[in-house]
Amino acid sequence: MTFKKRLLAVAAVSVALALPMSASAHRGWLLPAFTTLSGDNAWVTVDAAISNELFYPDHRAMRPDGIQVLGPDGAADKIQNASTGQYRSTFDVQLTKPGTYKIFTASNSIMASWTENGEVKRFRGSADDFAKQVPAGAVDLKTIKMASRNETFVTRDKPSTGALAPTGKGLELVPVTNPTDVVATEAATFKFVLDGKPAADLEVTFIPGGARWRATPGEIKVKTGADGAVKFTLPEAGMYWVNAMVRSGETGRGPGGPGMGGPGGAPGGPGGAPGAPGGAPQAPATPLAGNGVSASYTAVIEAQRP
Amino acid sequence: MKSKISLLTFAGAAVAGAPALAADLNVTVEIPRLSVAEYHKPYVSIWIENPADASAAGTLAVWYDADNKEDHGAKWLKDMRQWWRKAGREMSFPADGISGATRAPGPQKLVFAGSKGALKALKPGQYNLVVEAAREVGGHEAVRVPFSWGKPGKPATAKGSAELGAVTVSVK
Repeated sequence: MTFKKRLLAVAAVSVALALPMSASAHRGWLLPAFTTLSGDNAWVTVDAAISNELFYPDHRAMRPDGIQVLGPDGAADKIQNASTGQYRSTFDVQLTKPGTYKIFTASNSIMASWTENGEVKRFRGSADDFAKQVPAGAVDLKTIKMASRNETFVTRDKPSTGALAPTGKGLELVPVTNPTDVVATEAATFKFVLDGKPAADLEVTFIPGGARWRATPGEIKVKTGADGAVKFTLPEAGMYWVNAMVRSGETGRGPGGPGMGGPGGAPGGPGGAPGAPGGAPQAPATPLAGNGVSASYTAVIEAQRP
Repeated sequence: MKSKISLLTFAGAAVAGAPALAADLNVTVEIPRLSVAEYHKPYVSIWIENPADASAAGTLAVWYDADNKEDHGAKWLKDMRQWWRKAGREMSFPADGISGATRAPGPQKLVFAGSKGALKALKPGQYNLVVEAAREVGGHEAVRVPFSWGKPGKPATAKGSAELGAVTVSVK
């Protein structure tokens, strides 16, 4: 019993460590066992982790708390049977409707500094809290806006786009090719938008899973055009980790930045429950060096066997 | 000019109403006998492909286990992956005149009437007949046999290497 309790305590600690913004080599992912399913009683099981190697849970479990599901009609659905182990969480999604489901984490947050009565104040939290806690017309106001998103897609029967409508916040994928319709050796097109507008000249990286059995990472880098669209052909069937990031101005975190997409999107992130409530003074507070925006997008997609 | 138009009209009517051009598609599919520890009869889809863009022009038959307790066998329809992506996922199952039970090893002789189903609306031209097999705890294979629809032709054959044996197609 005591031993069991200690184990649980250890697990809790490691979950706590699975916070966003961990070291940059760590990649967050939501890995479904299947991306294409058929029949009325379809379920899919998904692993959620933050790892170095793709897709081997070797670092931290991603907490299931903030993992969301959108059904084919764009309405919120749910994860089921979630459990968290040392290195990964697992959960199920029941595909009660035909169409494409999006399983994801998303966070939007703001870091700010300003001067009040000669004292530097800091804030970190959601946009809503920002509006409440940071005085209008704050002196010397500097903000760093951070958005991060980590997704995967699963389709039962015929693909649909109801779950894939962009929110207009942060960096997002807009399907031209449905993300569950990518086939190895065949050209596919994705479009990326930043705050709803085409993300031009954006570098998008595809890294295949199965890293342990390859001598080289095998990553593929492509760039979006002026319309935010990028055409790509994945050479081999398998699961791929897709990542893109936009940064301008200050990141507020020095070199390394907000991590390789995934961890930033992990639940418990800045958007959800900021560790230090906004407005709480961190003495002695230092002002942000300037304004900035950082947005990252991560997804796991399957290149199907032709 | 006038006679040409009336000829075309006549041909159109004939296609729509079927009888004049309605040859049948004769297909023989060999399901190989496999010496494996756990054998399940394959799921098989038989469909028509437009060679120009590899799109599906119709599904003729789907052999699966509709009596299976797991979702009436629909759970594994997606394993006939090419057909599923191009045609199957648009359909609902069981499909009248298309759904059938899985078949045992040996040559399976089939006749698809030109007056029915997908063939009824098929325009004359060049096509591939695709036979695609997926076997539980086994492999997946698709065999393509070209045929010319609209007039009787000589049989053509292609051979699978693992999940399918010879597939022979003739328009009669």
